[in-house]
Amino acid sequence: MSEAVIRDIIVSESDDYIINMGPQHPSTHGVLRLEVSLMGETVKSVTPHIGYIHRGIEKMCESDSYQQIIHLTDRMDYLSAHMNNEAVCLCVEQALQVEVPERVKYIRTILDELTRLSSHQLWWSAFGMDLGALTTFFYGLRDRELILDIFEESFGSRLLHSFNTPGGLMHDVHPNFQKSVREYLKYFRKKLPEYKQLLTDNVIFRQRTEGVGVMNREMAISYGVTGPSGRGSGYSCDVRKIAPYSAYPLVQFEEKLQTAGDSYARYLVRMDEMWESMHIIDQLIDNIPAGDFTAKMKPVLKLPPGEYFQRVETARGELDVYIVSDGNKTPYRMKFRSPNFSNLFVLNELSAGGKIADLVAISGSLDLVIPDIDR
Amino acid sequence: MYDFSQLTGAIDAALHRSMTPGWALFTELVIIGLVVLILYALVGLFLVYLERKVCAFMQNRVGPNRVGPYGIIQTIADLIKLLMKELIPIARADKFLFNLAPFVVIIVSFMALAAIPFALGLQAIDLNIGVLYVTAVSSLGVVGILLAGWSSNSKYALIGAMRSGAQIVSYELSVGLSLLTVIVLAGSMQLSEIVASQADGWWIFKGHIPAFFAFIIFVVASTAEINRGPFDLAEAESELTAGFHTEYSGIKFAFFFLAEYMNMFIVSALGATLFLGGWMPFHIGHWEAFNHIMDFIPPLVWFLLKTFFLIYVIMWFKWTFPRLRIDQLLTLEWKYLMPLSLVNIVVVAFITLMGWHF
Amino acid sequence: MLREALISLLKTLFPDGQVREETQYPELLVPNTRWLEVATTLRNHEDLHLDFLISLTAVDYKDKFTLVIHMESTSFRHLLVVKTDLNDHENPVVDSLSTLWPTAGFHEREVYDLFGIRFSGHTDMRRLFMEEGYGFPLRKDFSDESRVLTLS
Repeated sequence: MSEAVIRDIIVSESDDYIINMGPQHPSTHGVLRLEVSLMGETVKSVTPHIGYIHRGIEKMCESDSYQQIIHLTDRMDYLSAHMNNEAVCLCVEQALQVEVPERVKYIRTILDELTRLSSHQLWWSAFGMDLGALTTFFYGLRDRELILDIFEESFGSRLLHSFNTPGGLMHDVHPNFQKSVREYLKYFRKKLPEYKQLLTDNVIFRQRTEGVGVMNREMAISYGVTGPSGRGSGYSCDVRKIAPYSAYPLVQFEEKLQTAGDSYARYLVRMDEMWESMHIIDQLIDNIPAGDFTAKMKPVLKLPPGEYFQRVETARGELDVYIVSDGNKTPYRMKFRSPNFSNLFVLNELSAGGKIADLVAISGSLDLVIPDIDR
Repeated sequence: MYDFSQLTGAIDAALHRSMTPGWALFTELVIIGLVVLILYALVGLFLVYLERKVCAFMQNRVGPNRVGPYGIIQTIADLIKLLMKELIPIARADKFLFNLAPFVVIIVSFMALAAIPFALGLQAIDLNIGVLYVTAVSSLGVVGILLAGWSSNSKYALIGAMRSGAQIVSYELSVGLSLLTVIVLAGSMQLSEIVASQADGWWIFKGHIPAFFAFIIFVVASTAEINRGPFDLAEAESELTAGFHTEYSGIKFAFFFLAEYMNMFIVSALGATLFLGGWMPFHIGHWEAFNHIMDFIPPLVWFLLKTFFLIYVIMWFKWTFPRLRIDQLLTLEWKYLMPLSLVNIVVVAFITLMGWHF
Repeated sequence: MLREALISLLKTLFPDGQVREETQYPELLVPNTRWLEVATTLRNHEDLHLDFLISLTAVDYKDKFTLVIHMESTSFRHLLVVKTDLNDHENPVVDSLSTLWPTAGFHEREVYDLFGIRFSGHTDMRRLFMEEGYGFPLRKDFSDESRVLTLS
């Protein structure tokens, strides 16, 4: 049902009791081992151990062409798969100074926001389930299935589409795409208030998350916590506002901030972001310009020697792609600055001094996806 | 209304005619024991199935529907599976206590079940301290839980058992005080008399405000008593300990599991008996015509309807709310429910003295 | 602050560093002996205030390593790339920046794990993904017998 299973209990030489939470969790967090040092009920420190799903993506990129790299990036933060793809495509397009058609920009942004919506739905489901409200898992996933159906209709794949390619998209979207998305928005606008009734306004939920894991703005900046986790502490870090890309300069939307910095604030930011995502899609879905779905690109891409840096806002924070090219068809060095890597290591600061039950609430509110940490 | 004491009287007379009084008594005990046992097993099996179906419908899915029509044989299949599981012995555990603990828990809930009035004359034991007996016997359940945690020889099973024990002992106070409200109103602890006193209306309506508050407190506190719903931290898997029954497997685990569902039934039956009239149909004062129409539905059906309504509410709690943390749980009891119950008792005593109830 | 103003400020503050202006973001190349000092100035100087360390990584240029940091200021919103060369390819050592940015501590552990660059002054210099004794995978001369494909 829910997440932590004791793997082993060891007593160290000191008086601390050390428990391992993980590496296998039945819920969505991924393969992460948290070594929790306890004094009675209180957590003294949490040491994360990662590397269980390290696949050497950055090394593999050094021997793959740029089109092949897209498929590797899907598997990093798989819940924001589209944004990962887009980051690499934008970086390559920036390097080659290729201008993609307007249609591509609109579709990429719409897909970005749909992916963000589906990622937040899964987060909400898992967060409720971790705290014991087992029914939220089904409600969130029920609504997410409809988005995945839209994806499947257009791309053939529900989660890891690899639909972007440098220069544009692999093929055009399904003719039903606009209609399906509009219908979905109408449906989900009625469902999202239910989420508020079920969890947001629930007294028990608020008691479990308010005041738990407080992170102030300075801590968020110095630990590099971006995304909704950072915005919950009042740190305005939305890359869509700082360095807009694709069709973001054309849309009006607000960056939602909360100042409390506790788990409840991070929760509220994500709920608000779901509304904003629907607002953004609304502005774009009716105006997709006709045109090509890709610019003309050579089959073999060779980036001019130099360094290129692209920033993108995934559902969890700022993903940056750094390419060092020496003129060959594969990059010399490819670095992915993943948001979850920075978000994870603030866990120790936030949960020290709290209870074990609070650790669950905090790690749920940080919304970590482990394959993104390990790459 | 059909009086079951005619049936039991007839059986009693028949036995006494054909055997010596000693043997007749023995046979009666055996019959009652078998009936209660079968009732326990059937209700337990049904409740497990009900929970899975209720939970499924709340979660927008179907639940068991493969094993038998509409999945009704699912629980029996699960039981067979549990019976076939390996009983994993624990190293350096206290074997006697380890084996005793599930039995303590089961026997305690048996004993409580025996005192519940199902219909007029259909009650295994009708003590004149009925309510006190039921609460006293349920308190023994804590002993079983603590034995289970202690004898598992596992630090975290012990902590889980202590947490459960603390929770149950705390919430017993609120349960007792809310039951006391009805006892004050009815003037008796004998369960059959309490039901009879509701012949002109259920106590939740006759006792208006204090009885209503007592009912709310009772439902919340008894959910915590049976370690269910938003109060199941001690055995929830998302915390680090799986609770006092971590080390149990196979049939012994089945005992704990079954006892939890039967406790839910007993607690709901108690609530239905004291607050919602037990087997008494819905009567309004002395409106004879209306009461006569209500009497067409057999009392047993009334009782089961009310009990299963409360069971449904308890299940609803579990599948809707997140869990409380252990310190929030105990704060709820000691800082909120307990003072409220005490005030309620004073109010109801005053009301009864002044005769301001229906 | 504006790009020109930033570049001229950097040239004033760090006369022994090289500033490149033609790249996507301004780049500053400093000698590795002054690494911690430069980073402290970059973080604390009131007109620079680069408090958000975006990423810290390294590139293996076969005869040297280059540490590359991307950092941004949350108040001025300018982004700067800072580099340093480590010419010792066998045992590269450089100062740790974990006292200035806690997140740097973890990026440095990753760099140590993948490249073998040690950071002096780091409180917890352990590998992050791999086990001890694995070798340093992202180095260009890394070879692993179990690999099926050979990389050029």
